[in-house]
Amino acid sequence: MAEPVSVAAEYLAGSRARAARTVLGQVVLPGEELLLPEQEDAEGPGGAGERPLSLNAGARSRVRVVCGPGLRRCGDRLLVTKCGRLRHKEPGSGSGGGVYWVDSQQKRYVPVKGDHVIGIVTAKSGDIFKVDVGGSEPASLSYLSFEGATKRNRPNVQVGDLIYGQFVVANKDMEPEMVCIDSCGRANGMGVIGQDGLLFKVTLGLIRKLLAPDCEIIQEVGKLYPLEIVFGMNGRIWVKAKTIQQTLILANILEACEHMTSDQRKQIFSRLAES
Amino acid sequence: MEEEMHTDAKIRAEIGTGCSPRGPGCSLRHFACEQNLLSRPDGSASFLQGDTSVLAGVYGPAEVKVSKEIFNKATLEVILRPKIGLPGVAEKSRERLIRNTCEAVVLGTLHPRTSITVVLQVVSDAGSLLACCLNAACMALVDAGVPMRALFCGVTCALDSDGTLVLDPTSKQEKVSTWLWKGRGLEAKGPESPQWDWLQEARAVLTFALDSVERKLLMSSTKGLYSDSELQQCLAAAQAASQHVFRFYRESLQR
Repeated sequence: MAEPVSVAAEYLAGSRARAARTVLGQVVLPGEELLLPEQEDAEGPGGAGERPLSLNAGARSRVRVVCGPGLRRCGDRLLVTKCGRLRHKEPGSGSGGGVYWVDSQQKRYVPVKGDHVIGIVTAKSGDIFKVDVGGSEPASLSYLSFEGATKRNRPNVQVGDLIYGQFVVANKDMEPEMVCIDSCGRANGMGVIGQDGLLFKVTLGLIRKLLAPDCEIIQEVGKLYPLEIVFGMNGRIWVKAKTIQQTLILANILEACEHMTSDQRKQIFSRLAES
Repeated sequence: MEEEMHTDAKIRAEIGTGCSPRGPGCSLRHFACEQNLLSRPDGSASFLQGDTSVLAGVYGPAEVKVSKEIFNKATLEVILRPKIGLPGVAEKSRERLIRNTCEAVVLGTLHPRTSITVVLQVVSDAGSLLACCLNAACMALVDAGVPMRALFCGVTCALDSDGTLVLDPTSKQEKVSTWLWKGRGLEAKGPESPQWDWLQEARAVLTFALDSVERKLLMSSTKGLYSDSELQQCLAAAQAASQHVFRFYRESLQR
C-alpha cells in the first residue's frame, strides 16, 4: 500500500500535458492532453523585426492546427479521445500548423463527408433509395444523383444492388446522404457496381493502408491476376477476377494482409505466382 | 507505417505489472487482458484478475430503436450475463452501475441517436467481480474505438473486522461477516451463546470506479458496515492501486 509516489507520478496520464511534438508516433490513451506548439515570431507579415500588434498583449498566440480524428479541442489544448498513434502532417502551403490526428483501429464506420463508400441498397421508397453503409443509419440516395438521370430516365437500381458513391451530407445530427456523381455531374467511377464479384468486410485501418500512395500490396496483387477492385472507406472491398477461384484467393489474401508481415506476404505471392 | 499498423489478433496477455501474488505491500492479483478476440462485435476484450475473468463485447455506434433514442447523445446499454442461471436482480443493479460509469466517460454527444451496447459475460467469478467487469468494459470500449474523455478502472477493497484493508479480495475474503449457527435445533438464543460462530470474513466490501485523468471517483458501490474515516482510507488505497491498473492498461495498449 505504501507505493513510492515518484513511480506513480510518471504514469499519471494527463496530469502533465505533454507537448504534441514530443509524442508524435507514440501510442496515446484517451484522457491525455497535448499542448500545441506556439507561434514563432519570425512569421510576422512585416518582415524581420516587425510584429503585428495584438490587442491582447499578454496572451501568446498559438499556431492554427487542424484537429483530426481522435482529438478534440479543449481550451487551448488537445484532448485525446481514442487510443492509437499520434500523427502529424505539415501544411503544404500557407500558414497553420498542419493536421494532428490519432491513427486508431476500428471496425465500425462513421460517415464522413466526402468519403467514397460501397453501400447495399436495402429499400426503394418513392424517389429515394435507402443504402446500408455500415454506419448507425442507412444513407439516402436520390434517383437523380446518377449520371444522365432525369425524371423520365430513371437509373436501373434494384434492392440488393451494390452502389459506389460519396457522401455529400454526413454529420452527427442528420441522416447521411450520398450521391453517385461528382460536383461536375460526371460519374467518375461511381454508380452501380456490376454483376458478380465478391463483397467482403475488413477493418478501416486496412483500407487506409491499402489506399495509401505506393501501397505494395496492391501492386503485387495487380501483377498476379487481372482484376477489378473497389475499395469503400467503410471497410468494404468488392473484388472480381476471371474465375471464382481467383476471386476467392484475392479475397483471402486481402483479408489476411492485415495480420501478415511483408515477408510472409511476399512468400505467399511468390507461391501463388508459380502455381 | 506498414509494420506499425499490424493488428494480429491483438493477443496481449499481459502479466500483472510488478504485483506478485499477495505480498503485504502490493495487494492486487495477477492481471491479464486480451483484445479483439471476438470477430462479430466492433470491440471486445477479456480481462482476468487472479481467477476472476470477464469477457466484454461492444457494439456501436449502431442503430437504435426510435423508442430508445436520445436526440442529443448516444444511448448506452449494458448487458451482464452471469456464469450460470438467468440474469437476476443483482445483475440488473450491476448493469446500472456499469452503465452510469460508462456514461460519465464516453463522449455520447458525438454520436446522437445511436446506441452503444456493452455485453459482459462472466466466465469465472472468484471475487472482485464488479471491478473486473468495469475493467473489461473499459478495454472493450477502447478496442471498439468509442470516443472517451478518459479511461476508467474498478478497484475493490474489503475491510476486515479488525479494520485491515485487503485490495482485490478473493470471494472467500469478500464474504461479509455473518453469524453462523452451529447448534442444533431452533433455539432462540442470541449471539452470546457459544453455539453461534462468528465468521471472520469481511465486515464491508467497497468497489470504486476511478477515472484515469485525476483519479476522481466515478462510481462507488458498498456493502457492509464502515466508518467515515475507513471510507476515506479505502478510497485512498483504491486510488493508489488504480495507478497499477492504468499502467497495465498503458502497457497492454502499446502495439
